[in-house]
Formats: sequence, structure tokens, C-alpha cells
Amino acid sequence: MLRTALRNVLAHKARLLMTVLAVMLGVAFVSGTLVFTNTITDAYQNSSAKGFDGVDVAVSAKYRESTGDEPGDYPDLDQALLDRSARVPGAASAVGVVSGFTAMADKNGKLIGDGWQTKGGNYWGTDDSRYPLTSGRAPRGENEVLVDARTAERAGYKVGDTVRLSIDGPVLSPRIVGVFTTDDGNVAAGGSLALFDTASAQKLFGKAGGYDEIDVRAKPGTSQAALKSQLDKALPKDRTETTTGQSLADEQAQQIADSMNGMRQGLLVFAGIALFVGTFIIANTFTMLVAQRTKELALLRAVGASRRQVTRSVLIEAFVVGTVAGVTGLAVGIGIGAGLRALLGSFGESIPDGPLVVTPGTVVAALAVGVVITMLAAWLPGRRAAKIPPVAAMSSLHAQATTKSLVLRNTLGALFAAAGVAVVLYATTLKGTDGQAPMGLGAVLLIIGVFILTPLLSRPLIAAAAPVLRVFGVSGKLARQNSVRNPRRTAATASALMIGLTLITGMTVMAGSLQTAIEKMATSALRADYVVRMANGNNLSPDVDRKLAALDDVSASSPMRDAVARIDGEEEYLTGVNGPAIGKLTDLKVDEGAFTVTGSKIVVDDTTAKSRGWKAGTQFTAHFEGGRNKRLTVAGVYEGNELIRGVLVDTAALPKLSDTRDMQVMVKMAGGASATAKDTLEKALDSNPGILVQSKKDLSDSIAQLFTLLLNMLYGLLGMAVLVAVLGVINTLAMSVFERSQEIGMLRAIGLDRRAVKRMVRLESLVISLFGGVLGIGLGVFFGWAVGRLAGSSMPTYELVLPWDRIAIFLLLSAVVGALAALWPARRASRLNMLAAIKSE
Amino acid sequence: MTTTPISADRTTAVAARATELSKIYGQGETQVVALDRVSVGFRQAELTAIMGPSGSGKSTLMHCVAGLDTFSSGSVRIGDTELGSLKDKQLTKLRRDKIGFIFQAFNLLPTLTALENITLPMDIAGRKPDKQWLDTVIQMVGLSGRLGHRPSQLSGGQQQRVAVARALAARPEIIFGDEPTGNLDSRSGAEVLGFLRNSVRELGQTVVMVTHDPVAAAYADRVVFLADGRIVDELYGPTADSVLDRMKRFDTKGRTS
Repeated sequence: MLRTALRNVLAHKARLLMTVLAVMLGVAFVSGTLVFTNTITDAYQNSSAKGFDGVDVAVSAKYRESTGDEPGDYPDLDQALLDRSARVPGAASAVGVVSGFTAMADKNGKLIGDGWQTKGGNYWGTDDSRYPLTSGRAPRGENEVLVDARTAERAGYKVGDTVRLSIDGPVLSPRIVGVFTTDDGNVAAGGSLALFDTASAQKLFGKAGGYDEIDVRAKPGTSQAALKSQLDKALPKDRTETTTGQSLADEQAQQIADSMNGMRQGLLVFAGIALFVGTFIIANTFTMLVAQRTKELALLRAVGASRRQVTRSVLIEAFVVGTVAGVTGLAVGIGIGAGLRALLGSFGESIPDGPLVVTPGTVVAALAVGVVITMLAAWLPGRRAAKIPPVAAMSSLHAQATTKSLVLRNTLGALFAAAGVAVVLYATTLKGTDGQAPMGLGAVLLIIGVFILTPLLSRPLIAAAAPVLRVFGVSGKLARQNSVRNPRRTAATASALMIGLTLITGMTVMAGSLQTAIEKMATSALRADYVVRMANGNNLSPDVDRKLAALDDVSASSPMRDAVARIDGEEEYLTGVNGPAIGKLTDLKVDEGAFTVTGSKIVVDDTTAKSRGWKAGTQFTAHFEGGRNKRLTVAGVYEGNELIRGVLVDTAALPKLSDTRDMQVMVKMAGGASATAKDTLEKALDSNPGILVQSKKDLSDSIAQLFTLLLNMLYGLLGMAVLVAVLGVINTLAMSVFERSQEIGMLRAIGLDRRAVKRMVRLESLVISLFGGVLGIGLGVFFGWAVGRLAGSSMPTYELVLPWDRIAIFLLLSAVVGALAALWPARRASRLNMLAAIKSE
Repeated sequence: MTTTPISADRTTAVAARATELSKIYGQGETQVVALDRVSVGFRQAELTAIMGPSGSGKSTLMHCVAGLDTFSSGSVRIGDTELGSLKDKQLTKLRRDKIGFIFQAFNLLPTLTALENITLPMDIAGRKPDKQWLDTVIQMVGLSGRLGHRPSQLSGGQQQRVAVARALAARPEIIFGDEPTGNLDSRSGAEVLGFLRNSVRELGQTVVMVTHDPVAAAYADRVVFLADGRIVDELYGPTADSVLDRMKRFDTKGRTS
């Protein structure tokens, strides 16, 4: 008897431990999310503040409004302005800043960074305080360059090596004469920085004698504001603007905070989901804990404890559990925050270094979540236990759920689910952002509805698994019956998994469908084999088109040339294309008129045509810079897409512009796309690290990569929800095994061997998990369809793509959850002492 | 006190036999001897009752002979099988194929119907029940009309009748009952005992039951008395009075010794 009692306590302890674990995971998730976002935001903020350390006031060029037909632009800051800035009272020194895109190749000729953060600049004089040298010396001339220490380390560059650089013209191969350290945010984020001497930088970045910015340092004792007003007095107002270093840092900090906001909210949504799932597990566990102790509690009541005292005893237990779990959860959360940062880093997103930030807000949130949720979750079962009359509790172990409450439950669930489905369906008929709110509402309603209905759904769905279970003989039969024995418990257990899988499946279906749609849109209209563009999205020099067009293997090519014009008083960006070739390079759907781009004949995309009110046959005059005009006629209207949109004009019809630039060049090869063809193109461009030559496959891969990164992060986060679900299943099984120990003892006595007992528990676990999995996947597909329809309403190429392989993996995942969760309870069941089990009542 | 020798060959064959069976719990100071070199045989087609005061070792003896518990020394045979050398898996198989059980607390599976509970041992073994035999057994225990009911829809007596049918249905070599009437009122208890006696008389079943009720013991062909882990007496063709009489004698003996 003592042994049974001891075992009871031990089982109790284990379950309490699992409750603590469940709460802890929820708290860890919330605090981890907070720690992660705070850390990243702070790190970016610190790095931006550091970046403005040497700047007390920055002088920048003022935008010159467009006048008449002349488009607006930024005037250069010249040497005279720099000299004047340096002489202002209170100014200690002034540094002229020149910077621009600079692609740097690693030792294999591949671009370092992703193109957006690869920069070049000027090293001021012989000792630039912005960039302390760790080795080497200041650069002199175009053939000498400095490389930042992080890039040098990453790419394995040393002083004396030659490095291939591309600014926008031909490839340069300067020698590295020094390595410097910098707190530049772009470098911290994985980009590279190459520095030339000022004269070379001005020449290379097309700013002969000019600067992009003048950074002025104040003398000791002069405030930033004082210096700013001095500069404002001294400099021409029509050409310059001044900003203090402080406000530059603040501005950037605000931008970073804003950009992090979306991510923070996204992460908090997941934390909320994990918490939601965690709440059910906690409530479930406490229900079981209390149910198991009903007799003990009834005894307390019988000897005179009041209902309130019984409830309070449960609540005190919950408080202790919540506090312990909250504190450990916070500790684990800090670890998760650090882990997430590392994880993000391993996906290639470099994040500035900085200490982990744990704000008081995080600590309060973690503890509040742990304690409050746990106590709320425990309150209901505690009250229920206190309500049971002592005699009834002592005579039977479990209060049977009345059918009446299930009827109420089912009605309520059906109402919620029906309303949810209706609202979601309604939302799919809306367009874009209008549908977001109803979609969210519908999704929540439907999830709640299905959650309430799970006990009802468990019977038919589990019965459907009967033929499979029959293969396992008695174990299978018993497992099936055990799993529907307590529908509420099965439901609560399965729903934890259901919610996680709903989200995972929904996201996967939606992302997969959108990805396919975007890919199709981007590549289906493209007949060209390759698209050539700058890695940072900058414009290409027209040389590129000329060089490629001259190749023998190229059968057709066309630039997409930027040309600004004023039409009917409004600025319009025209796209110059190779008129005779464009038809061979694109396959655009023509809504109206003909796809003819020659001479004065142009085509426009549907969006522009709509906003301008143009139709096939419309004529208008385009006013270009320098007072040149051109009369153009709309020959046709086509459906635009991500790659090709806007007004397409024959390059031959465009006037000679002061700055001719191509957004990209489309190329069709005589022999189609192949590795050699790509090689030929790259060679023709001098293997420029700044220029990307992308085949259709490369294009869709780069689109896919975006989605993959997104999905991987989601999977990682939702993994937490699944982990909580595993705990839930373990909990339920352990409870069931405990409750049925007498039965299991009898089964062992009459000849069920240990293996079969284990199998019985495992199959029950599998059935429950797969039940949750099937529900979750079903709901997820529905949501994926609905949300995708909403998001894809603006995409003609959108259609539902069901990723069967992934869905199969998710189903397998729920099976794995079941198998893993059953390990310990099954072992326990098979090791049960038969005699003790049979005797104990 | 000496152990009364057991006349071994009153009938032809022995279904189960314990020889010099000892079961000792703990070590040194805390050592408890539950069974002390017990030798006993249970003959085929005989209903044996094991009696004795609480703590006499009667349940332990049954558990050891039935392969539910391990023993410290000696030997136990069911038919030709020596239990001492068997591993858990083989023991489980032996219980499944050769032994039937009736427990005090019925021990039916609440999720199964009465019929499913009855055929459970054969389901576990993956054998088809002998239809004719099954009908005979069900007829005998009078459950024909209630086969589709679940245990919760049956009275205690009916539940124990299901348990008796479960033990009989697989045609085991021997059935062990652990206080089979302990949870029943006297009428239901009498019914269950009647079935057990009938199964011995009419079907040739071997039954061993542990009981502390002299009335229940009176249904047996033979009563074995245990005290302090030893067999102290046995009685053939008992009546409730003669059993009670013997028990009183042990009680006084126990007090005087």
C-alpha cells in the first residue's frame, strides 16, 4: 500500500514537472521573443549612434525642385563649400564624404554580401579618424584600396592582395594597402566597404571635385546646435541642408525601430499562439491533477474544509508552479533570444553585435504570463473540484461529464465554426487589404469553433482509423477505444497539436501558392534566356547592352533604359527598349491594340493606361530634359508584371540623354540557356562582381529563397508550439496510464505481454496525435486557400498549390510527436507491477 | 507444528504443483517470510479452496503458482512447465494459454462489451474462440441476453459472471480465483460459486480459489489451510461448519503457540 502511495506521489511529481515545463515553454517563448527583438533593435540603434560619432553636423545637398521641363536633382557639394564649412566659427574640422555602390568579389570571383550593403567611399587625407587602420597605410590613387576588417577576414584578404571591384564601369583590380575597422551599419550587416583616396573616389563615383556630404566636427565646447546655426549662416540655403549628428542618429534609430516593429509584432503573434497552446496544456494538466486528487480534496471537504479553502489550495499550487516556471522560462527565453539571433545569422543575415537586452518589461511580462495564465488555468478545475459533494467524490474517482454540457458545447462550437467559415468565405470575396480584418476574425472564430467541437469530431475521425488499427490486433482495438474514452481530454490534447499544424500548414500552402504565382508572373512573360542587372538594383551602364548585343551567341537583346519625361505636366518614367527585339524577349499578354514598339509607336501596361486614361490610339507629347519633345502614339496596352511594366518606348525614338542608364538588359541566346552561355555572358562583362547574369531559373530561385527564409523562420517558431503539444500528449498519456493501471495489470495477468502493452499506449498516442494533425492540416489548407485567395486576388496567375510532400511531412511529424510522447508513458505502463495494479482500486 | 503430508495420488493427474516453495521479502532484520517451503498439488477436475487468516500467505501462494509473482526458492509446475526458469515473456504466454483468472474486483475492460471481455484472452492470443464451447460457457453463466452490454450496464454479480466466463472460455488448464466472491452479495456469490463448481463437475475444469469465507470454501472439493506461510491442514468434502470449525482451531492454536 505504501508502495502504491509512493508511486502515486512520484507520478504526481512527474506530472507537476510537466506542468512546469508546459508553462515554462510558453513563458520562454514570450520572453525569448521580447529579448530577441529588444536586443536586435538596441544593437542596430547602438551601431547607428556609433556611426555618427564623428559627425557633429552633416551638410548635405538640397534637392533642386524641377523647373519647367527639367527634372529635379541634387547639386554637388563642391570644394568651396567644404572649405567654407571648415572655416565656420566653432568648427574643428570638416571632412568631405564620397560614397557609392562598390561590388567586391571574393577570391572565387563571387560578390560579397547581397549587393545592397556593398559600398565604397573615400579615405580622408592620410589619417582618417572615421576609419582607424589596423594594418597598412592610407591609399593613394585608383590602384590602391583599403578593405574593412570584417570583410577582409571573411574573404581572407590581406594587405598586398589584389581585389576585384566594380563600381559601375569596368572591373578594377586595385591592391589592398590597408585594413581598417568601422562601425558602419552596412558592414555590421554583412556588407563590405572599400576606401580609395578622396580624389580617386570622386572620380570613380562620378563626383569630380564634389562630395555627397560634408561632416563637420565641433570644437570642444561648441554644441551641435551652435555649430549648426553657424553653418546655416555661412552656407547658401538654396544648395545645402544641415543636420546635427544627434538628429541623424535619432532619425536612423526611429527608422530601425519602425522596421523592427513589424518583425516584433510577428514574433509576438507566435508567442501568443504558443501561449494559447500552452494555456490549454496547463489547464488540461491541472484538470487532471485535480481530478486525480478529487478523493483527497473530498476528504478535506468531509473533515470540514470549505469550498473556498479547497479552491485556494489549488490556486496556491498554481501560483508556485507559475512562479517557478515563470522564472525558469525567463532564463530559457533569454537563451532562445540569443539562439534566434545566431539562427538568423546562420541564414546569412548579419546582425550587429551587442549585449543581450533584458528589459524590466520583459521580466514583468514573463512572470505575469507564467503566474496569471497558470492560475487562471487552474482556477476552473479547482472550483469544479470544490463543487463536487464529498461523498460522490470519495465513491467514484471521476465525475462523469454530463451529456447536457456536451450538447451545449457542440451547439456552441457549431455556431462558432459556422460563423467562422462564413466570415472567411466572405473575406475571400473582398480585395486585398479590405479582407484582412474579416479574414483574421473568421480564422479566430473557426479555430475556436473547431476547438470546442473537437470532442464531437474525435469519435468519427478516430473510428475512421479503425481498419488500420485492426492490424495491430488487441492492442490496436484497445488503443482505439481508449482514445475515445474521454473525448474532452483527447480533444484538449489533440487541439494543442492542431493549432500548431493549422498555422504551419496554412503558411506553407499560402506561401507556396504565392511563390508559384509570382514566379509564373515573373518568368512566364519572359522569352529571354537571361536578365542582366546590377547586384544592388542600381542602373547599368549602356556599355553592358552594347557589349552583349555584339556577341555572336546573342540572338536578341534589349536594354530597359530609364528615361524621365514630363507628360501632361506629370513626371513619367519611360522605359526604352530595343523595339525590333522586344517581341522576341517578352511574351506579354496584350489587352488592347498591338504590341508594336517602333518609332513613335509605344505600348503601355494596364495600370498606367488606367491611371492616365490612355487607350490604343491615344497620342501625347513627352517632354524630355533640355527642352526636347517627342510625340508618341499608344499602339497597345499589355498586362504588366513584376519584371516588365510601364511605358515601353523604342530606344531609337528617345532623344540623347545626359545620363543614359539601363535598369536591366534582357538577352536571348542562339543556343538557349546553358552553363556555357552564362559563362560567355559573364566573360563578356569582364566577370564583373557587381553585375548579375540571371537565367529564368536563377530568378525563380531568388524568389523562392525569400519564401524559404520566411518559412524556415516560421517553422522554427512554430516548432515551439509543437514542443508544447508533445508535452501535452505525454501528460495525457501518463494520466491515462495511471488511471488505467488496474486494467493494464489485469491485461498483463491474463496474458498481454509487455510489448503489446507498450504498443497499446503508443497506438493511443499516435491516434490522438494524428487526430490533431489531420484536423490541423485540414484547417490549415482551408486557411491557406482562403488567405491565398485574398492575397492573390490581385494576381492573375494565382492558383492554389497544395504542397503534398510538405503535407505528408506534417502528417508524419504528428505521428512522430505521438511516437515520441508515448515513449515514457508506454514504458511506465509495461513496467507496471501487476499485483499492485490489480489490487489497488 | 508439523506440516500435514499430502496424499499425492488421490486422482490420476496434477494440474499444478508447488514444491518446497518459499517467498521471502526484504533482507536481514526486516526480512518477512511470506511462504515457507510450501509443497502442494492441485489435481485436475478438482475445486480447491485456499484458506487462512490475513497475512497467512494464501494470496501469495496463489500468485506464485499462477505465474503472477516471482518466488525465492523451490519450484512451481503448471502441467509439464517449470515456472522458475521462465522469462517474463514466456510467463505471460503461459498465463495467456494455460491459466484463467477471476479477480475480486471483476477487472473487466469498461470499453469492451461483455462478449468482447469474455473472448479477450483469445483475442490477445490471436486465436478464434471455439464457438460451441463459448455458447456452452455463456449458457452456463446465464449471460446470453447481455452479451452486448458494457460492464457499467451490468450488476456486480453479472460482471463477475462475465469474469468467470472469460476464465472458462479459453479452456485453460487451471483457473485461479482471488476472492472471487469478495465483492458480491451472498446470492450473487452463491451463483458464481455454483458456476465454478459446475465447471469442475460438468466440464472437468481445474479451479483453485483463495477465500476467507467458509461458505465459499464449502463449495470446494478440498480446502487447504495456510498460516504463517505454511500449510497447516487440509480438508476433503468440506461443509461450511467443518471449515469454520477448523479455522477456530487454528485461531486458538495461533493464540496459544
